[in-house]
Amino acid sequence: MRRHRQYRRDAPFVLLFLAPSLAGFLLFFIIPFGAVAYYSIIDNPVNGNLVGFDNYRALWASGSFRKAFVNSLMFAGVSVPLLFAVSLGLAMLLKGALPFRQTFRSMFLLPMVVPVASIILVWQTLLQWNGAVNGLFLKWGVEPVDWMNTGWALAVMLLVFLWKNAGYNLIVFLAGLANIPAEQYESASIDGAGAIRKFRHITVPGLAPTSFFVIVMSIVSSFKVFRETYLVAGPYPYDTIYTLQHFMNNMFQALDYPKLTAAAVLLAIVIGATVYVLFAAERRSRRALEQ
Amino acid sequence: MTIAMRNALTGIKFVFLGLLAAAMLFPVVLTATNSFMSEDEIGRHYEALGGGDSAEAGKHAAIRLIPEQVSLSQFGEVLLKRPKFLLHFWNSVKLTLPIILGQAAVGTLAGFAFAKLAFPGRDKLFFVYLLTMLMPFQVTLVPNYLVADKLGLLNHYGAIVLPGIFASFGVFLMRQFMSGIPDAYLEAAKIDGAGYLRAFLHIVLPLARPGVAALILLSFVDNWNMVEQPILFLAETVRQPLSVYLANIAEGARGVAFAASVLYMTPVVFLFLYGEEHLVEGIQMSGIKG
Repeated sequence: MRRHRQYRRDAPFVLLFLAPSLAGFLLFFIIPFGAVAYYSIIDNPVNGNLVGFDNYRALWASGSFRKAFVNSLMFAGVSVPLLFAVSLGLAMLLKGALPFRQTFRSMFLLPMVVPVASIILVWQTLLQWNGAVNGLFLKWGVEPVDWMNTGWALAVMLLVFLWKNAGYNLIVFLAGLANIPAEQYESASIDGAGAIRKFRHITVPGLAPTSFFVIVMSIVSSFKVFRETYLVAGPYPYDTIYTLQHFMNNMFQALDYPKLTAAAVLLAIVIGATVYVLFAAERRSRRALEQ
Repeated sequence: MTIAMRNALTGIKFVFLGLLAAAMLFPVVLTATNSFMSEDEIGRHYEALGGGDSAEAGKHAAIRLIPEQVSLSQFGEVLLKRPKFLLHFWNSVKLTLPIILGQAAVGTLAGFAFAKLAFPGRDKLFFVYLLTMLMPFQVTLVPNYLVADKLGLLNHYGAIVLPGIFASFGVFLMRQFMSGIPDAYLEAAKIDGAGYLRAFLHIVLPLARPGVAALILLSFVDNWNMVEQPILFLAETVRQPLSVYLANIAEGARGVAFAASVLYMTPVVFLFLYGEEHLVEGIQMSGIKG
């Protein structure tokens, strides 16, 4: 009953604070998403005949969609855990006392603010066929590599992703680590626990809420590498880095709305399911922690 | 562990982190130093990159970090002889500024509602906000395009600015941050007879300053770099922001592109250096609470 009274008391304020955001959110995100779902089951926005799952079937039959879908999942599946490991490792290294600790932190964070277009310039300088890296390779007697047109393209993309986002996660992890009470480590030391056991039984559970935030933000960033790949390699890059965003952009340019909207709905379902699982896992680990 | 061992370990850690940091800063250093080279010098170092396959075999770009002679000629070229650069710079400002200001206003208000007010379905609605934040821009591309078309906003910045203002990232970050402000502060204000409005203005907002600063910085970085929206919504080249324009000039005029890159980076890097403490605190506070 107390809850209801609070609802009633807060109601006018909820309106006041939430209304601007909710209005824009509905207009620019929720209603459009409803429209996307609707467009995905009609033949085209002009005729508007219901066609059921035909668009989805046509989409799945498209080789370039399947390629893009698998590539995007693969990239997120590899890049997010990798980024997680790298930034957690960095945070562990920067945790204790260290000379120039703040300076290191700033240096790792700086790539986050370096604009995309500036990276493109460096990217070309280093990695074109006649770029500096191949120049070095030749000097060392190593076979030069066509970086953007072979399997290496994916590695390059991963590297750019790590470079750009490690700093942000590092900051979050440092905060999470600082939040774990030092007494827990001390009493574990007294009990004779080694570094690995302390990491497994104190650090890992203590970082659960932080990890959830890091993973969510990393998924967001994993979609943003599209900018770099698009500016470097254009709308049709090498096979392994052709992502769903390339596919959807190209469908948009080709005015193929049925395929585009069906792909959008599929992607939304995959993202929604992933986040739901993460949420459930986070809640469980939190409950375990409180017991 | 003996003291000597501990010192050795710290030394190894230090060297490793130092090398890593140097590698991470390399792209920035390369851009900055090369912007002070003359057109002639840039031409000599990078002639191999020229026109792709027309370049002679066996010739490669040479990385030089120290200019033979420090020259401001590239900056002069960009600022004085290429009016287009300033035009596109101004386009970027016109796109970015309204978005970050609007996002900060909308985000703090709604963040407060999600963090400190009670209403039915609050957590479910927040989950929906979170989901849309994760969706790439392309998901709602078609309807957004049609809405912009209907509102007569195509080729206008409104088609990009309006959705940008209401992007859920601002709400998400502010809710995360404000959840970390103890409820006891608000209870105290209520006893004093201050309503939510005053509690928001006089207690929560001042305490949330690092969060707002972090939001402004992150949103600035994000929007200063926008690529997808302008290439799809703005047909005219003259209306494109600097992010798109710069990527196009990089091929032809390399020396100019280095200087243009530096000018393009400057506002973001200054904002970063100026607000780094806030940014760090803002990121940290938003990451601790789930």
